[in-house]
Amino acid sequence: MAEFWVNMGPQHPMTHGLWNMKVKIDGETITDAAPEIGYLHRGYEKIMEVREFQKNVVLTDRLCYVSSVTWSHAYCLACEKMMEIEVPLRGQWIRVISLEIQRIASHLMWLAAYGPDLGLLTGLLWALRERELFLDLLQLLSGARMNQNFPRIGGVRNDLPPDFDKYCAKVIKHFREKLKEYERLFHDSKIFLMRTQGVGRISRNEAVNWGVTGPNLRACGVDVDFRRREPYETYEEVDFEPQVWKGGDGGDSYARFMCRFNELEESCRIIEQAVKKIPSGPYRAKAPRRAEGEGFARTEDSRGEALFYIIGDGDDRPYRVKIRSPVFCTMAATPIMLRGNKMADVVSILGSVDVCVGEMDK
Amino acid sequence: MSGALVSPDLFTLCKVLLTGIMKIQSDAILAGAPVGSPVEPLRGIAYFLMEDWFLTFNAWMIAITIMVTWAAAIQLLTMMWIERKFYSRLQDRYGIMISIWSLPFWPFSWWAKRRNKPTHRGLGYLQNVADGVKLLQKENITPANADSAMFHTAPVLIASSTVMIFAALPFSEGFVIANMPMSLLFILAAFSIAPLGILIAGWASNNKYSLIGGMRAAAQLMAYEIPLLLAVVALLMYAGSLNVLEIVRKQETLLAMVGPIPIPAWNVFSIPQFIGFTVFLVAIMAEMERIPFDIPEAEAELVEGWLTEYSGMRFGLVFGFKWLRALAGSALVVILYLGGWSGPVFVTLTPSVGPTVIPIPIIPHEVWFLLKVYLLFLLFVWVSWSVPRVRIDQILNIGWKRLIPLALLAILLAAYFAALGPALGGIR
Amino acid sequence: MKKLRARFPSALTELGVPRPTVVKAVIDRKDLLEVCAYVKDELGFEHLSCISAVDWKDHFESVYHMYNYATGTTVQINALIPHDDPKIDSIVKLWNAALYHEREAWDLMGVVYEGNPNLERILLPKDFLYHPLRKDFPQETERQYISRRKLKTGGR
Repeated sequence: MAEFWVNMGPQHPMTHGLWNMKVKIDGETITDAAPEIGYLHRGYEKIMEVREFQKNVVLTDRLCYVSSVTWSHAYCLACEKMMEIEVPLRGQWIRVISLEIQRIASHLMWLAAYGPDLGLLTGLLWALRERELFLDLLQLLSGARMNQNFPRIGGVRNDLPPDFDKYCAKVIKHFREKLKEYERLFHDSKIFLMRTQGVGRISRNEAVNWGVTGPNLRACGVDVDFRRREPYETYEEVDFEPQVWKGGDGGDSYARFMCRFNELEESCRIIEQAVKKIPSGPYRAKAPRRAEGEGFARTEDSRGEALFYIIGDGDDRPYRVKIRSPVFCTMAATPIMLRGNKMADVVSILGSVDVCVGEMDK
Repeated sequence: MSGALVSPDLFTLCKVLLTGIMKIQSDAILAGAPVGSPVEPLRGIAYFLMEDWFLTFNAWMIAITIMVTWAAAIQLLTMMWIERKFYSRLQDRYGIMISIWSLPFWPFSWWAKRRNKPTHRGLGYLQNVADGVKLLQKENITPANADSAMFHTAPVLIASSTVMIFAALPFSEGFVIANMPMSLLFILAAFSIAPLGILIAGWASNNKYSLIGGMRAAAQLMAYEIPLLLAVVALLMYAGSLNVLEIVRKQETLLAMVGPIPIPAWNVFSIPQFIGFTVFLVAIMAEMERIPFDIPEAEAELVEGWLTEYSGMRFGLVFGFKWLRALAGSALVVILYLGGWSGPVFVTLTPSVGPTVIPIPIIPHEVWFLLKVYLLFLLFVWVSWSVPRVRIDQILNIGWKRLIPLALLAILLAAYFAALGPALGGIR
Repeated sequence: MKKLRARFPSALTELGVPRPTVVKAVIDRKDLLEVCAYVKDELGFEHLSCISAVDWKDHFESVYHMYNYATGTTVQINALIPHDDPKIDSIVKLWNAALYHEREAWDLMGVVYEGNPNLERILLPKDFLYHPLRKDFPQETERQYISRRKLKTGGR
């Protein structure tokens, strides 16, 4: 059979989101791949130039709708760097708590999408069941389950509700028991290991060259976690370990899976510590209305390095907002991961890369 | 061994009942139209109703209808219901719950209100009927450049070959339509026509995905036919006959007594057959296209694989007959290895005259058979919904490189034991 | 981190440290490949975070952010591009990550990156004619909240 291009998508049950992956297959082996993105392009950078600084938080929430607090927080961080204001300590701790809860929710959504991709349809319902608990926590905290509009430039929107630490403790205790079940469902399954080990390998140098960040890079053995490298908020005072793949040859789907999976446990630890260490005091500082200068903030999003580069020119709205999305860069590296594998591995690889089309297409 | 409910034979039972009914009708007509009345020609009908060929023909028709309805309608619904309820419980949710109390018209809504029954907490058995009706009313789309004749033939092939299995598949000693001397061969052959239909469907759909799915299905199903048949060969050295009824009859003897519990001589309890049992189980799971072997219709990758282009009732036929094949496969496993329909005897009757002990069918053979089939199917569903999919080259790897040597080992051991077993004191 | 300032060669227009761990350099577009090669090979900035294109109304700027995994420093290079000749060299040979970033900058802003093997539209439809992020591409202001100030001045 000659080589021919197959379109996987845009309407496809596997592609979580709307994008197209053209793979050139020869029999069952992939020889080349070309992703086509842009189906969800909403023109964020242009819209954000017309709205005031604070009003853009509503938009940044919806950049990646699965993990919204992390994106709004990155935007607020960049604005604060530009305006040179300091967030009070309590506000920083509340931000850390909300970020980690959102990170767990985002990773659970990834898990819920990855299981059915491989055929494990039970994983969908179990992961979504746990995600409900964390979405309830977010609802307690900010009033909404998704797209919460929670961070403000200078702090957060509201204080922690009373008894929040008790709710957190309950949820985390329940979640830790369920994590053991997930381990038995995913790790101990020989078929799962057969599907993900050795599949979609990318070497360390290639990964760094192509701009891959986040758990995908840590799976290759590079110890880069922007919460430790450029600590923002109060991450210096929190004791957690960035999950790096320490085995021999990383960079395959299984390593990416393990790194992301172990981050769930780490985020639970962070939440526990943050809820105990939080001081009292103000949680929001007043932000000026007009700002001039450049603000540049990089955070560790659920999927990698989220970077906001904002230029203000003295007006009450930004002059230029540049959003760097981790999935955008990882998508550029997917042809490398796909080459040489079988066509049945496309799902396994792309699922382990954790694509969220909202942030890719802006 | 408890007795069968349908005895001695489905056809005989139907004929006896039919003869009785026809005799009553015939006598009524004869009585109502005496000689010499103006409706005397009606007596011809009475004589016609008692003709032998008429009774035989109708008895066959009724027997076949009963079997097909029993298997393809009631059993199909029950298998679908078991699967849906069970896997939803695995997934920590209730599952299908629309019951007869949800029907919005009288008398059901009236009864529900009277007894204070909620409309959404039922068994959910009728949900599958509703799904079937939904599929019936959908538009049957034929793709533009598809090979129309082959496209329409493929679901017919699959469905008809699956129903053909039930001509020879017994549900108990008497509940069988055709008791052929080589019925096992016929069943396995009918089981294997479906891959041809799948290949035709994949090719004729004129769709890259369907083609890939069809090729994968052909490769997988062909690869797993061989261990299936080899395991059956290992079994034949014991049973000595291809007749399914014979195979079950051989398993009804007593093997040993463990305390007060008698262990029957099921084929799974003997060593070479146990290897054959595992091989057969894995091979039949691959033949039934269940997860972990459902790459041909893998949802995540190929939309529906070889049945992407089918819509409406054609899809319903193909999709629904997956469960019928599951029923046939589980029934095969139960018949060959798990003792078929034999169950323990609870009450016996010893007539004062006559040599034998007559068992009273408190739980008849059909019930034992169905119980075993459902339990085995439950096992299949459990495994299906707990493990991810295996990749196609890994599937073929398992089929060719792991299962065939095991099956050959089973044949070797079975031959050894069958030849030397009686000399070595009856080791099985 | 601040000592990186001293290691730079000449031919720079402006150099500064706007924030701790961030070094900013403004260069002209013809020095881009040299500076980037130096930054990557000698100074070890192996991670290209981001390439942005900014439209100041009289000139474009292509802003590059690089990050050094070993020392944790960020360097920001602004390359000035005249408005009527929006061409600049592509750094795809140095960092493969630039492939997609440059395509996006071309797509939205219209800056041509010579040397990019696949310079075509990535986010917008393939047959779109304009470059929306430029300041002269009008923003739709009718359908959203318009402040009184914008009503008076007619928007931007």
